[in-house]
Amino acid sequence: MTDPIAPPPKKNPQKPQAVPLSPPAARSRAALGLSAAAAEARFALQHCAECGAVQYPPRDACHGCLSTDLRWRDTDPAGTLIAETTVRTSPNLYFRRAAPWRTGTVRLDVGVSVVAHVHGDCEKGGRVRLINRLDRAGQGVLMALPEGETPNMADDPELRELTCDPKHRRVLLTDARQANAPALAKALLDAGASVVFVGEAETWRPYPQRETLAAMEGVQLLPLDVTDTSSVVELAGEIGGKVDILVNNARFVRPGGILSRGDVGFAQREMDVNAFGLMRLAQAFGPGMRARGADGVNNAVAWVNILSVHALASDPAYGGFNASQAAALSAAQTLRAELRPGGVRVATLFVGPTEDDWHQDVPPPKVLPKALARSLVQGLRDGTEEIWCGDVAQDLRDRLRQDPKVVERQVSEGGA
Amino acid sequence: MSVLADLAGAMASGAVEVVDLTHTLDPDFPVIVLPPEFGQCARFRMEEISAYDHRGPAWKWHNLHMSEHTGTHFDAPCHWISGRDVANGAVDEIDPAAFVGPVCVIDCSAESAEDEDYILTRARIEAWEAEHGAIPEGAWVLMRTDWSKRSGAKYLNMREDGAHSPGPDAGAVLYLVEERGIRGFGTETVGTDAGQATHFEPPYPAHYHLHGAGRYGLQCLSGLDRLPATGAMLLAAPLKIRNGTGSPLRVLALVEKETA
Amino acid sequence: MRTPQSYDGVVIAAPFSTPYTRYSTETAHHWLARGLKGALDAAGLRKEDVDGLSVASFTLFPDTPVGLTQHLGFTPRWLDSIPMGGASGVVALRRAARAVQAGDADIVACVAGDTNQIDSFRKLLSSFSRFAMDAAYPYGYGGPNAMFALLTDRYMTEYGATREDFGRICVAQRDNALRYPNAVMKKPLTLDDYLAARPIADPIALFDCVMPCAGAEAFLVMTEDEAAKRGLPAARISSTIERHNAFPDDPMQLRGGWEMDRDTLWSCAGCGPEDMDLVQTYDDYPVISMLQFEDLGFCDKGAAPEYLRNKDLTVTGDLPHNTSGGQLSAGQAGAGGGFIGLVEAIRQVTQTAGPTQVAEARKALVSGFGMINYDRGLCSGAAVIEGAA
Repeated sequence: MTDPIAPPPKKNPQKPQAVPLSPPAARSRAALGLSAAAAEARFALQHCAECGAVQYPPRDACHGCLSTDLRWRDTDPAGTLIAETTVRTSPNLYFRRAAPWRTGTVRLDVGVSVVAHVHGDCEKGGRVRLINRLDRAGQGVLMALPEGETPNMADDPELRELTCDPKHRRVLLTDARQANAPALAKALLDAGASVVFVGEAETWRPYPQRETLAAMEGVQLLPLDVTDTSSVVELAGEIGGKVDILVNNARFVRPGGILSRGDVGFAQREMDVNAFGLMRLAQAFGPGMRARGADGVNNAVAWVNILSVHALASDPAYGGFNASQAAALSAAQTLRAELRPGGVRVATLFVGPTEDDWHQDVPPPKVLPKALARSLVQGLRDGTEEIWCGDVAQDLRDRLRQDPKVVERQVSEGGA
Repeated sequence: MSVLADLAGAMASGAVEVVDLTHTLDPDFPVIVLPPEFGQCARFRMEEISAYDHRGPAWKWHNLHMSEHTGTHFDAPCHWISGRDVANGAVDEIDPAAFVGPVCVIDCSAESAEDEDYILTRARIEAWEAEHGAIPEGAWVLMRTDWSKRSGAKYLNMREDGAHSPGPDAGAVLYLVEERGIRGFGTETVGTDAGQATHFEPPYPAHYHLHGAGRYGLQCLSGLDRLPATGAMLLAAPLKIRNGTGSPLRVLALVEKETA
Repeated sequence: MRTPQSYDGVVIAAPFSTPYTRYSTETAHHWLARGLKGALDAAGLRKEDVDGLSVASFTLFPDTPVGLTQHLGFTPRWLDSIPMGGASGVVALRRAARAVQAGDADIVACVAGDTNQIDSFRKLLSSFSRFAMDAAYPYGYGGPNAMFALLTDRYMTEYGATREDFGRICVAQRDNALRYPNAVMKKPLTLDDYLAARPIADPIALFDCVMPCAGAEAFLVMTEDEAAKRGLPAARISSTIERHNAFPDDPMQLRGGWEMDRDTLWSCAGCGPEDMDLVQTYDDYPVISMLQFEDLGFCDKGAAPEYLRNKDLTVTGDLPHNTSGGQLSAGQAGAGGGFIGLVEAIRQVTQTAGPTQVAEARKALVSGFGMINYDRGLCSGAAVIEGAA
């Protein structure tokens, strides 16, 4: 049984900041397949397309038949912990600081042996299941968990290094004016966030959910307009040192393609809020978060951008908006690389059409705020880089994996 | 020449004071809010280009982004559909002499404090004229409400049924335009019209009648309490924007100090 | 599988070990040169007399043995590079012997060694192997310590070995090292010291781990006639084996490739384990020595703890083992660790071991094990060598 982690004590102002350190990040090209699967928290291994042999560590050719046709497939994660060690010293600075560190050898039922991180509740010789998660270097690693849930399981220190669990962490949620803001804030608080700062733009005009937000215990409404550099910089000056998770929910959306609009007015606004807003936030909050990647129980861990799945394949009915989503996605990829040295994960929460004023004539299924909030928390708990919320997003993801060009055609012909 | 020399002397001696009637351009200053499916007035935004740093070691400067109608600003006749065919209706075409003129200030601050939807009527103007004399032709007429002392949400005073702020009705505007031949009309609120003016007949009567008659609007003025009811001179020159429908302003008034 | 031909007519001579140092600012080139010079001087040869060269080193980068020929001024007609870590001694020997036997070379100088600059070990680890990079280092980065900890843990669970069983091997080797002038470890070690040592990666503690250091080991392979002509003490090669990636389907390594080839080893040697006057196992972590005693036929699988409990492994004991202290006490000079047992065995069977000399040593078993590519050592080898009667 895992001891529940205690809320962090107040910081000792005389103690220097712990410098973020990374576990070894170098990987072969083949091994990056594991990271790609970990980005979605999938346990996948290479399988030989010709003889079916399962491979581990990742290879370029099958150890069974020399076929070079190896494919990453979701794999049965069940196995037995056949050996373990606790590393007490390491030439690597990350593990040296984190030691003691439990690792072990898991013999998977599919017939390969895997050296993995080991959850404190696993028993040697016992049955375990492997999960594939991103580590603080942003690479996929395998960890053995007990077969079932155990008390306070997520509080295991090794597991917590692989996740971005909101528990005891402070969250900045941008854009209180979004109708989904109360649902997102509530879910984060329910997941144990110690405070949710909610950024509020244009306080000079009212919005319906303000009272709800203001009444939520744990929510602090603070002025933040992502289109206003000075406002972003000011807020970062105030709370930049205590944002452990940043959820960028700022969004400006209007229906309309390129030709149908006839001007770039909305498009500018969309770019300003959705893409430049992300950059302004990054420039103001990113350096502080990157520096606080090793700041104890409530270290900076994650940056989540909530984006339309049509960033990946534009639905022309929202063509202008989707261009801003694609721009934001690209900016987020850069931000991901830039925050990686701090161990701060940049995640994209891909969402299908949402149930709101601007998708009134889009047929269901549409994503409700509660579902979005669930996906957000689950993504943080899994430490994923890509979170797919709703049937439309998941369907598009699956089809994009088959043939992006086909999807472009289908989507542009009204096929969602 | 002696007039200007006298003026210069008066300004130097302090007998004539320059009063600034302009709000500071600030990203958080409210702009008019239209229904969200319409295009919106851009908020004032400022991005630093450099600040004596690696982006420019010896200088500091900014790029600005805003609407013609952001902050204290000028409305040209071509801003409104009623004025689209007015000759020289864009800011770059207007005779610069039109920007400078005598100013009359109708103090509605007490009424506006009582009633946030206070309507300026012809009768109220006539009452003012009874006290201060007829509004001369070519005057700027300003409606003082002290609204510029409000801040935050109280400025637009937006509720679910729309904004609530004082303004004139059609009769008042028509009187000023047709019977007094004013140069233009100015307010301390976000527009020359009342917050609820969308429900007036015609909607937005100040915009409609002023601009239809080739007159100008001044809005988001500040500190009208510093002007006398009559006798001051107003300078409100918009930027010379090609085909511009308006422009941010620095509005100045020359006020003769009372010699006590 | 055909039976290998004998090594008739080929001998090993001129064993040489440089002193080891814990850290060195010198390069691998420096240490390899010193090793080669020592062996040549011992044999009274000029480097021009050498026409075959076999090199094992991890820290030559960016050079390879090819670059080393120009650097050191050798013009060999036969050149070998042995990237097999702990198996490099046995493998270098059997290849050089076949080259001499076939006439591809007359005198082959075999050398292994590395430098140990302050950051060498860390750098070596980071570029050691792809599987280690992909699947071992991200999990605690214990280097080989963590992998051997897992193997040790598994071995203890499976066969009931105790820390004391491993400790006895280490204590005996320290006794031997105290006789060996080149050994890095100079302090006596007791079983209590061993058990109380700082834990590294459970169940591995400080004295289970080798001490990385700088140094080199070398020997010469030549025809029996050449050695006789020069009056060099020489050892004959009775038998050798080599195997890589044995038993890949074993969930964990509880046996090495020796098990596949030990029958060949002993039948070609014409003798058995009981005939050995001394044994040099590859000892980076005592559990691996146990695997070698089992897989090479000294006892059954899993019986090594019990078998060794009743043996005295010191120079004067009934089973002299790693008589120069092995890597655990003499130190691990990189790839030199693959040579240390062989070079010491050559000294032993040629009666030139000096302070560590086992009385009347004539036959020795040398075993090698190398390259933890991911979760297990991939290379195994063994040789039986024999001195003049």
